[in-house]
Amino acid sequence: MPNFTLNGISVDVPDGTTILQAAKTVGIEIPHYCYHPKLSIAGNCRMCLVEVEKFPKLQIACNTHVTEGMVVKSNTEKVKEAVTGVLELMLIHHPIDCPICDQAGECGLQIYYMKYGLHKSRYALEDKVHKKKVQDIGGQIVLDAERCILCSRCIRFLQEVTHTSELEFFQRSNHSEISIFPGEPLNNNYTGNLADICPVGALTSKDFRFKCRVWFLRGAKSICPGCANGCNVEAHFKGDILYRFQPRQNDEVNQTWMCDPGRLEYKRANDARLLTPVVREDGSPRAASWEAVFSAVAFRLWETMEKDGPESVAVIASPQFSNEELYLTRKLAEEVLRTPNLGFSPRTPGNGISDDFLIKADKNPNTRGAQLLGISEEKFEDIVRKVAGGKVKALLVFGNSIADFSEEETERLLADVPFVVQVGTNEGVVSRAAHAVLPSASFVERGGTFTNHAGRVQRFWMGFPPRGKSRNAIEIITGLANRLGAGWKFAGESSVFRAITGSEAPFAGMSYESLGESGHVAGGKG
Amino acid sequence: MELVLTKHFGNERYRHLDTYTELGGYEALRKAFSMSKEAIVEEVKKANLRGRGGAGFPAGVKWGFLPKDLSRPRVLVINADEGEPGTFKDRLIMSRGPHLLIEGIVITCYALETHVCYIYIRGEFAREEGILQEAVDEAYAKGFLGKDILGAGFDLDVTIHRGAGAYICGEETSTINSIEGKRGWPRVKPPFPASVGAFGRPTIVNNVETIADVPWIVTHGGDRFHALGGAEKNGGTRLVGVSGPVNRPGIYELPAAVSLREVIYTHAGGLKDGKTLKAVIPGGSSTPVLKANEIDVTFDIESMQKAGTMTGTSGVIVIPEGTCMVRALSVLMNFYAHESCGQCTPCREGCGWLAKILHRIENGQGRKGDVALILDVCDHMMGRTICALADAAVMPAQSFIWKFREEFDQHIRDQKCPYGNRF
Repeated sequence: MPNFTLNGISVDVPDGTTILQAAKTVGIEIPHYCYHPKLSIAGNCRMCLVEVEKFPKLQIACNTHVTEGMVVKSNTEKVKEAVTGVLELMLIHHPIDCPICDQAGECGLQIYYMKYGLHKSRYALEDKVHKKKVQDIGGQIVLDAERCILCSRCIRFLQEVTHTSELEFFQRSNHSEISIFPGEPLNNNYTGNLADICPVGALTSKDFRFKCRVWFLRGAKSICPGCANGCNVEAHFKGDILYRFQPRQNDEVNQTWMCDPGRLEYKRANDARLLTPVVREDGSPRAASWEAVFSAVAFRLWETMEKDGPESVAVIASPQFSNEELYLTRKLAEEVLRTPNLGFSPRTPGNGISDDFLIKADKNPNTRGAQLLGISEEKFEDIVRKVAGGKVKALLVFGNSIADFSEEETERLLADVPFVVQVGTNEGVVSRAAHAVLPSASFVERGGTFTNHAGRVQRFWMGFPPRGKSRNAIEIITGLANRLGAGWKFAGESSVFRAITGSEAPFAGMSYESLGESGHVAGGKG
Repeated sequence: MELVLTKHFGNERYRHLDTYTELGGYEALRKAFSMSKEAIVEEVKKANLRGRGGAGFPAGVKWGFLPKDLSRPRVLVINADEGEPGTFKDRLIMSRGPHLLIEGIVITCYALETHVCYIYIRGEFAREEGILQEAVDEAYAKGFLGKDILGAGFDLDVTIHRGAGAYICGEETSTINSIEGKRGWPRVKPPFPASVGAFGRPTIVNNVETIADVPWIVTHGGDRFHALGGAEKNGGTRLVGVSGPVNRPGIYELPAAVSLREVIYTHAGGLKDGKTLKAVIPGGSSTPVLKANEIDVTFDIESMQKAGTMTGTSGVIVIPEGTCMVRALSVLMNFYAHESCGQCTPCREGCGWLAKILHRIENGQGRKGDVALILDVCDHMMGRTICALADAAVMPAQSFIWKFREEFDQHIRDQKCPYGNRF
């Protein structure tokens, strides 16, 4: 545990800590571009120069390890002059096209210029070296070589994280640029991260290109709903429209990365949404008030239970729903509908890719949660058999699809059920077949917890209220249960989670506070 | 005076093994095999053999940086990427006395318990590579390289690796990267090559001339080698290259105690065609320039330092009156701007910037404040980068301006080159 002095502050750090890392722990900012906590040290940007006693030259903080008694200063005139100098050199060939650059507002050059620069340009405009702009280099990325500061983060990411090495430096001196090899575009499932780690506007996202200025965006801490890995993300939105996901650091789950398919999952919250309750009578759907749809659904469920017995009612839960919602789904089936027919399937339509890094074959965020809450896959198969055999008279479907059934299979399955209710977020074959559609809030319009493939229970937070007339599924399930006489008194997801921790062994001892941002593994394994 | 290296360089056949051995070659190796490894290193330390690649670091001390344990195999890299403008001494050794280098390599590797050596030779040295390869092949054939050398139970393999012509590949960690097949640019230190070098192994990188001196040291002892230099801490002779308008340009083997004036006027025969001396770049283009009245300085590393310059690679560039210093510096700066590897911001952007300012000054388009701007950009480059290339560009730039400021100002004032030059 060496002790050293940074700007007069005495700091204890573990062995092997660099000055830059140590500074972070005491809240002292040392500017840097090429350093990234998850990548190897390049030491090329020269922004993190600091004064170290006994060293005649300024040292780079990113590659200088703290030793006992070291005296470091990052606030002297000499350091300031050096940082400003490096920044000036970095900017001489920059096109300063901020008005049309997607990075503007979150650009390292802008941020540091305001903090450490504020110098007037001394470089002759006609001397600028021009490089190729707007290059589609594959994946989700557009390259603008002119804006690049050659920090090599992208190159190191592709060497060290994806091991695909599509980008390299070409040329030398101030003609240096990064590029792909001719005819060999980015070819991995993690290209979107390049736009995140690029500190400037050189690598930007094709999907986000020209969509929104970043300063209009607000963020919600969320979990990617795209697969069982549960990558921590920040969901960026303006009004009630989502614009992008960016990964949030969680070293137990996704470090600081996320996959390309996951990055586009936000679109689900925008497109083809179910935004108003619908009741279908005599084959034609019509918009209804929540009161009307609740009454209609409650009446038909009660009628079916009375006439054909509770076994004629079935509930298909969804691993797309939160632990809280699944718990209430189970409670509804067991205590209110009193039916043994409750199951779920983790299978999803389409061919799910997977790898040994972040992408899981299971495309649901909460399969493990459903399993831990005792909702079974066998029961699902049982329900499908009963539906096909005409034994199910009322079917409550959570989610937008049923297992990995094709549209035709789903249509055929639901055709003979006298009463189908959907609680879901998006239009599709289920909403078209349902006799009542109860639109529920998307992942960013509600809070709760998902349990990932490894059993890690992770919170996600509400960004904005449910769009249109859609409602939080907790409200929907509770509303339905209470209209069937349940008398539940849940107020929000936290009250449901408290109930879960009280009765469900794997979740015992957890609380929203203890989960924090990085979550806990169910069953008390840390 | 006793010559360490060039004694037989006049003999065309000296580059062949038979002639080399007839003239006493590889006797030092036989002696070395009879010595302990420590004793050899000790002699080299006593010899005060300072690295001939430019930095002048004592070779024996450098060898001491190798980790003591032998669990990881060690590598010796010979830096034959002689790229410093004004320098052409290693080329002479490789073409005239390649076995001196090879013998030095075997002795050094034996002393350092190294069994692998790479000779990284400059891409443009196609002819020298041919001669050197021939010599290596001869040495293998006669048992001076390969398995069980001279029956001493010592194995050594030497591989010649030809570069592709980048100046930066002469920087030792770039050399190593290039040998590994990577982009030839400097590595961030630490770790230093002595602990993590070529292919991750402890590595020593030495200049051709440095290693070629080793056989003589083993034969005659470190003390005698040190005495040859005639200056404290500067052992042996140096190959001094003189270029420019002198009567006898070329390579001279001289002790450190010789003065720059003697080099130019005695050995190189003074300036030709009655020209007068204006300035001297004493140790390759990266070393600070000296004015004509500053050449009464001896060539040893410490005296040159005191004079504000460096012995460097001892490539003396003679600049006569009538030379435009702005143009001269501009030519140099174009070189550094072209050769900057592009890794560190200050060097990548700074060298190019300096080149562009100088270009416009020389072309009569200099702006008020340009000279101050050059000095300011220099301040932002010096000592702020991974390797010394930025420093190598800054040292001539600063010294040219400090010593010939009026010439730069005049270009800007008159908006033209007083010598009538234009690019």
